[in-house]
Amino acid sequence: MSDYLYYPGCSMEGSGRSYRESLEGICEPLGISLREIDDWNCCGATEYVSLSTTPAYAMIARNLALAAGEKKDGESLVAACSACYLNLAKADHYMAQQPAFNARVNDALGAGGLHYDPGTVKVRHLLEVILNDVGLEAVKAAVKKPLTGLKVAPYLGCMVPRPDIDGSYTNHEQPDDLDRLLRALGAEVVDYPLKTECCGGHMTQVAPKLGLELIRRLVAEAERREAVMMVTVCPMCQINIDAYQGEMNAMFHTKHKMPIVFFTQLMGVAFGLDPKKVGVGREYTNASKALVKALKAAPEQALVAAGAAPARRPRPDKRALPMPRMADSEVEE
Amino acid sequence: MVVAQVSPPEAADAGARFLAEVTAKTAGVSRLEMCIQCGSCGGSCPSADVMDHTPRAIFAMIRAGERDEVLRSNTPWMCLSCYHCVVRCPQEIAITDVMYALKVMAEEGHTYPNNVGPDFTGVFIGQARRFGRSWEVGLTARHYLRHFILRLPGITPMAFGLFRHGRIGILPHQIRERKQLQAILQRAYELERAR
Repeated sequence: MSDYLYYPGCSMEGSGRSYRESLEGICEPLGISLREIDDWNCCGATEYVSLSTTPAYAMIARNLALAAGEKKDGESLVAACSACYLNLAKADHYMAQQPAFNARVNDALGAGGLHYDPGTVKVRHLLEVILNDVGLEAVKAAVKKPLTGLKVAPYLGCMVPRPDIDGSYTNHEQPDDLDRLLRALGAEVVDYPLKTECCGGHMTQVAPKLGLELIRRLVAEAERREAVMMVTVCPMCQINIDAYQGEMNAMFHTKHKMPIVFFTQLMGVAFGLDPKKVGVGREYTNASKALVKALKAAPEQALVAAGAAPARRPRPDKRALPMPRMADSEVEE
Repeated sequence: MVVAQVSPPEAADAGARFLAEVTAKTAGVSRLEMCIQCGSCGGSCPSADVMDHTPRAIFAMIRAGERDEVLRSNTPWMCLSCYHCVVRCPQEIAITDVMYALKVMAEEGHTYPNNVGPDFTGVFIGQARRFGRSWEVGLTARHYLRHFILRLPGITPMAFGLFRHGRIGILPHQIRERKQLQAILQRAYELERAR
């Protein structure tokens, strides 16, 4: 059992509740345990840094100071929301980079009796922890109901692969992290080139025309690639694509109906947990139908997914032009 | 032969001063002075279409000392924080953080092009400072009533849907040590003003 400190973030208690429920469900099968930072506060999202710099980072750093106080040897801090993850990582990074900035933030923390030495807490995103600490083999071993035949579009969004504060991503625009994880669950991952394009963030609230257009691109492309649902790692992406799809359809006179779920929900379902317990059904654009259909897939297909007979990629037409292929990982699997 | 002087010395001074001001306002190391005007930022930007100036143009204007025009531009307010430009910039300029700094400066001088973005930010942060947590329903309700009243009929079924699915909590979550958080922030604002 590996232990981690855990920063949930505000969305996980509200609109991103299914993320939290599914994450709680998959901890045990994955052999990890998350301990929530006591009395954590909002990270300020992308809003506070647009309003005032020192207060914004002081607010983020309060969480780092609390985490440093609770931390046991070797524990890192895990965040599931992309914006929370990036804010925490950035605060730590900038404090280490600039002594004057560090002094200012710590002066402010001092007014609350706190202190934080940059570098004390290692901030990590949940997806990276699952891929690197747990590993795909352990994930595959935990799968009880492979998601055979479920065609999904892996949607990573912006703030996990970019700006990549700690340099852990080799590919910032077309990483295959989420693809590999979803394939380990037995799902069929469609080639989705918009996987790290922006969902619009707060633009649905601030500049709706822009925000809804960005959502339209993502949804239309997922549909064109014949995905039955999109899979995300971020509560902001989830609510934008899930809840604003209706308004988007009205604006562009389209009839898209593309469900979007959290990757942890699909992990839960593949691990044999009750779909309701992992928050399936909380989406505004219903995902249950597609999931049920996938779970009823023919057993021989499940065997193929489990590695009994490797599925062959259909050969391209001899007259076809050479096309770029996806990352090597798909070929070896 | 008479050679036209392209930038008079005063403009160059104003440019250097404004560049230094923006650099100092940026959290982290901006590297803004390294810009080679290649335009990779604007070419990578999903919202470049709706921006008054592309990021590249903004950086040129900063160096030319066009303070007013830069701080009145909608460019930083249309920035999505998607970091596409940041990973593509050959000079590794922290473009997103520069955009945040420009928004902070526009907030300080009230020079933003319209108040929708600043209002959203203000209400979001006001609630986060008070409760220690963001309050999704309070924020959105207030924001739509104030700025997008015509969107309400379209949005209402969605709000009810989310409520029915247990995704909207009516009351805000609050942290225990709100006094501590507020003391930290008060000191932080003093420090920010003293800069």
